[in-house]
Amino acid sequence: MKTIYFDNNATTQVAEEVLEEIQPLFCELYGNPSSMHTFGGQMGRKIGQAREQVAGLLGCEPSEIVFTSGGTESDNTAIKGTLAALPHKLKIITSRIEHPAVLTVCRELENQGYTVVELPVDKEGQLDIEQLAEELDDDTALVTIMYANNETGVIFPIDKISSLTAEKGVVFHTDAVQAVGKIPLNLSKSNIDLLSLSGHKLHGPKGVGVLYVRKGTRLSPYMLGGHQEAGRRAGTENVPGIVGIGKACELAAKNFEQENSKVRKLRDKLEGAILEKCPDARLNGYKENRLPNTTNISFEYIEGEAILLMLDKYGICASSGSACTSGSLEPSHVLRAMGVPFTAAHGSIRFSLSRYNTEEEVDYTIEKMPPIVNQLRKLSPFVAK
Amino acid sequence: MWEYTDKLKDHFFNPRNVGEIENPDGIGEVGSLACGDALKLTFKLDENGRIKDAKFKTFGCASAIATSSVLTELIKGLTLDEAIKLTNKDIADYLGGLPEQKMHCSVMGREALEAAIENFQGGGKKKHEIEGNVICTCFGVTDKEIERVIRENNLTTVEEVTNYCKAGGGCGGCQGEIEKMIEKLKPDEIKQAPAAAVRRVGKLTNIQKIQLIQQTINEQIRPALRAHGGNVELIDVEGNKVVVAFRGMCAQCTLAELTMKDVVEAKLKEFVSEELFVEEDKESAQQPHSHRE
Repeated sequence: MKTIYFDNNATTQVAEEVLEEIQPLFCELYGNPSSMHTFGGQMGRKIGQAREQVAGLLGCEPSEIVFTSGGTESDNTAIKGTLAALPHKLKIITSRIEHPAVLTVCRELENQGYTVVELPVDKEGQLDIEQLAEELDDDTALVTIMYANNETGVIFPIDKISSLTAEKGVVFHTDAVQAVGKIPLNLSKSNIDLLSLSGHKLHGPKGVGVLYVRKGTRLSPYMLGGHQEAGRRAGTENVPGIVGIGKACELAAKNFEQENSKVRKLRDKLEGAILEKCPDARLNGYKENRLPNTTNISFEYIEGEAILLMLDKYGICASSGSACTSGSLEPSHVLRAMGVPFTAAHGSIRFSLSRYNTEEEVDYTIEKMPPIVNQLRKLSPFVAK
Repeated sequence: MWEYTDKLKDHFFNPRNVGEIENPDGIGEVGSLACGDALKLTFKLDENGRIKDAKFKTFGCASAIATSSVLTELIKGLTLDEAIKLTNKDIADYLGGLPEQKMHCSVMGREALEAAIENFQGGGKKKHEIEGNVICTCFGVTDKEIERVIRENNLTTVEEVTNYCKAGGGCGGCQGEIEKMIEKLKPDEIKQAPAAAVRRVGKLTNIQKIQLIQQTINEQIRPALRAHGGNVELIDVEGNKVVVAFRGMCAQCTLAELTMKDVVEAKLKEFVSEELFVEEDKESAQQPHSHRE
């Protein structure tokens, strides 16, 4: 059975071009870039090239790129590193719908005496910028707000937010793991101080990420040890990962148009057809300002995990905000923060596409989805006969 | 991804006895949309008082649907006296086991059966009535129900109780109560378990006491409230009076008073001093959510 992969916000296929680039780095070119011999030293050039590739996609200088082990480490470094550099400031502003890599860190910091403000979102998943402006004060060390939400794809007005923080002189971090490669970025023209991205979300390898640190941003290192990454992140470089994320960024820049035209068209077709063919289905999140690859749909009266298992039978991979998929008893914190009723949150399904998806795959899913919904609704006590 | 047995998948993809029996002898309805799973069971008896036919409708995950399907298969041909003896373990065993976190699905099946039998005995009119006192207000679970899953499945931890009947899985406010119930029902096993010694300290200076109170709030109390979007803040300590304020969801919650006694005060007594008592600082709680969550 062919796998139809619509779970690209969870992780993505490594691009063939990326794999080709990193394959020799395990058994042939395995040197340590810190070594004094040519064999190891030549790896430094490869890392330098990757730095340029990432900077090219982000529109920043290569020296502003720090390689990490992934999005979670980038987020942890940005938050804890900023607070450590500004010990006299004790307030953090974030949103209720952040990824756990940000939210859990902030809540732990709250236990250590920091004041954490979690901004609410409206029913379309949008932030109230005025409220952010009110909360910004002299005690605020950091504002950390994601670029785009992983569950709904809703994009936050990062330009507006970062000009507010810049005005107040507050450090601004954004978790852009879902946004990079999908929406245009030019950091040289923005007020973003810190930005996290992850390799495996844009067809690069797992276990590698980037923290963009704007020149002049005060940040204490999170990982201590050797002098790697100009003292900003210790530990022998994950050379294959770094080369891989570099190549992936180069490809993302090249495929940017396709991501926004082809992928968006496929997503719109899938979403439109499902909403049309399945009664009592609703879209979660603001329709207009969204990642081009993501759709999050709730099916009333049925439960998400059951839908996923039915889809799985046909080789279709998606994900759900249902409580039952996580093992907790509460549905997605993102959908709950948006005020999506429990009933709809339990029955939510996220499809997230990539440039590797085809129209046939979309058509096949459009064909399978209505009977799955019907079959489960026949089982549901909440649907009248 | 959950590890489901082939038998469970079979009952999910090909559920038996789906639907509702017209003019049934018994109807049992448990769960709700908000809880994430719900089951409606109907059955009809033959002239000898055996279950001739049983049908179900279920809202829920794959294991909820599969356990419902199995339930209808298991009870067919049984007398009501035989059927009432069916336990959630029987249902889970029939499927070759369930993931721990899904055990509550099997409990829901047994509950629906009981409700349906009760409905029949009440002449088809009586709706299933909740017996006992509600302990877990988030999921509406009573002490009777909790006691029963503890006894029938030899449960020894609060986490297990949550897996089996959801109680304690919402705000966590009733976890202390559940722990007491486990203790009461399983006194021998609990005594044998290497229970962590209560961290009771000797004489404390005022500053040490306040620090310990803050630490207890951070480590023991806040995570439970957090689970439900709430929070608590230490405002003041005057002698043995601890003044706290609820934040976020807790500030607007009608159950805040219960939380205060069951969670905040109980934990502070346990970890700091028996003599402590807690008061709520109403004034600061009334500040419009204050966003300082």
